[in-house]
Amino acid sequence: MSCGSKCATGCAGGTGRGCAGAGRDRIDEERRSFMRGAAASVMSLGAGVTLYAFDADPAAAREPGEKVTAKNRWGLLIDVSKCADGCSKCVTACQDENGWRDTGHPETDAQWIRTLTVKNPNNGATFSLPMMCQHCANPPCVDVCPTGASFKRADGIVLVDKHTCIGCRYCMMACPYKARSFIHEPLQDQKPYAPRGKGTVESCTLCVHRVDSGRIPACVEACNDTAGGAMLFGDLNDPSSEIAKRVTALRTTRIRADLGTDPGVYYRNI
Amino acid sequence: MPGIAYQKLEARQLLFWGPLALNAAVIAAGLGAAYVMEHSGHIVTGMNNQIVWGTPHVFAVFLIVAASGALNMASIASVFGRREYKPYARLSAILSIALLVGGLAVLVLDLGRPDRLVVAMTTYNFRSIFAWNIFLYVGFLVIVTAYLFVMMDRRASRSTALGKTVGGLAFVWRLVLTTGTGSIFGWLVARQAYSAAIMAPLFIAVSLLYGLAFTVIMLAITGWQSRQQLAGSEMLQKFRGLLIVFILAVFYFTLVHHLTKMYASEHYGIERFLLRDGGTYTAVFWIAQILIGSVVPLLLLVWPKSGTRHAAILIASVLVLIGGLAQMYVIIIAGQAYPLDLFPGMEVTSSFHDGRMAGYRASLPELLLGLGGVAIAMLICAIAVRLLPLLPRPAT
Ligand code: SF4
Ligand code: SF4
Repeated sequence: MSCGSKCATGCAGGTGRGCAGAGRDRIDEERRSFMRGAAASVMSLGAGVTLYAFDADPAAAREPGEKVTAKNRWGLLIDVSKCADGCSKCVTACQDENGWRDTGHPETDAQWIRTLTVKNPNNGATFSLPMMCQHCANPPCVDVCPTGASFKRADGIVLVDKHTCIGCRYCMMACPYKARSFIHEPLQDQKPYAPRGKGTVESCTLCVHRVDSGRIPACVEACNDTAGGAMLFGDLNDPSSEIAKRVTALRTTRIRADLGTDPGVYYRNI
Repeated sequence: MPGIAYQKLEARQLLFWGPLALNAAVIAAGLGAAYVMEHSGHIVTGMNNQIVWGTPHVFAVFLIVAASGALNMASIASVFGRREYKPYARLSAILSIALLVGGLAVLVLDLGRPDRLVVAMTTYNFRSIFAWNIFLYVGFLVIVTAYLFVMMDRRASRSTALGKTVGGLAFVWRLVLTTGTGSIFGWLVARQAYSAAIMAPLFIAVSLLYGLAFTVIMLAITGWQSRQQLAGSEMLQKFRGLLIVFILAVFYFTLVHHLTKMYASEHYGIERFLLRDGGTYTAVFWIAQILIGSVVPLLLLVWPKSGTRHAAILIASVLVLIGGLAQMYVIIIAGQAYPLDLFPGMEVTSSFHDGRMAGYRASLPELLLGLGGVAIAMLICAIAVRLLPLLPRPAT
């Protein structure tokens, strides 16, 4: 049975086996631990990080069964000037969180997030930035998907419903950001909250399982805790959120905005 | 007005069963390949996260556009009222069905989850041109089958109006179908090689060409099997003329496509890649698509000494199909090999092959699956012409 876009957990990657209620207890537990964690982070970390904790407003943790609504639009703001050359903390954190990894087949291995090095051929100036699904408001991947497996939640998170993905890979042809990977091999050791499946397509879920329980994505957390604090997660629709304020006040860029995809990921200092 | 007589294929045992067994063997190999691909995953193919559509798509799209073009003879006969094409109408309809089934089989078996075919047939996203194509393909099969019935049923075939109506519907449907197939590529705004409305008429032109070439070859094969001359010299001259027109049309659209792209500096990169720096891809374009697929057949057909010979028309048709596969290869694979332009004007590198031309080498399972699709089409045709009176009477 397909739970489609109505699934409470967004079905980040249901494999076809009872995703509907499976995560309920887990979410409750995650919520409780998040509450504890949030309080701790406000106290123990300095002012800058308080913002992040506020940003992931505990109120944002949806009650189990509560509907995802367009009230929120989750997004990221990434300050590229804080990305050190060669840093890949966000990538490793995503791998650990979601269970995708390097199997020694670089051409076919999945990569939900990667670091890009961009060089100006005229003067040699370079910068690095993390690149993942941009959670487009007008996602071409969703438009082209024949079965509707590629879908956008009301809160802007773009996901693949693994029950209905037939593995046609048209979404990969259509995504302007090369954000998607096809699973070329049988998989082992999947994370229960991020199931994956051979023969289907996947991409960054914006850690939907965390977001639904009021936490921030793993990459953002890792960047804040162990790297330059370049990433900010939050609700672009909430004018009082830190991300919305910064996106309004600062000059930001969205990649290939000319294509009209309206990405939810903003970059600074590109 | 005398009726047109048709016949079943009467061939010596070996001439019929031999090719049939060969086709069956290729199909078995193709199915085996599909099983391996499904069991071990697409890791056994040359496809990867850069080239997501590989050789199976080359064959599938090739067969699907050829299917629409194969209906040429029937359309010319019924829609445009040219009676001399009528003897070939039934063959053209069955060939059309067979090619489409072959192409679709490859497309489905190349899915990551072919076992979810039911999902694909029951869950639709109507914003997807791909989903529309599923309708177009199924509709095409239904309409052409009905058309074949109208042509063959004694009562129904007496009504010219009915024939014209169903034939007209099939004609419109095939144009829409090819437009839809071209749009699968033409609407991909993110890819430099695609994103062009001209891909739709280009696909219509290629479909006319490949479809006609398949028809000529089919007539030659069944003629060889039945030891008869199924198309007279006069008819072959008509085929020759059409082949020339269609080759020129494909050439024209290809030229305009590239010229349009070259005009915009943002597309210099992809054009340089396809036409000059793309290594194998460039070689396939110039040697297989242009030289073998267009120039040589064109010369064979227009050169007075060879043009009127049956063998030349047959060879030209075979070359056209080789060129057709090459054209699909260039459109589908080379089109993906060129990297996405995330930061126009900048050089991008990453662990995910950003900014690099992607390599691709077709693997055996992919090739077998693709050839299996061709064999499915041939097998359907072979059985149909043996069981039903679909072939024209020998030319006098
Ligand atoms: S970045 Fe690609 S995969 Fe993500 S929403 Fe946009 S088009 Fe879809
Ligand atoms: S691969 Fe899956 S998610 Fe992507 S377009 Fe096909 S069915 Fe949709």
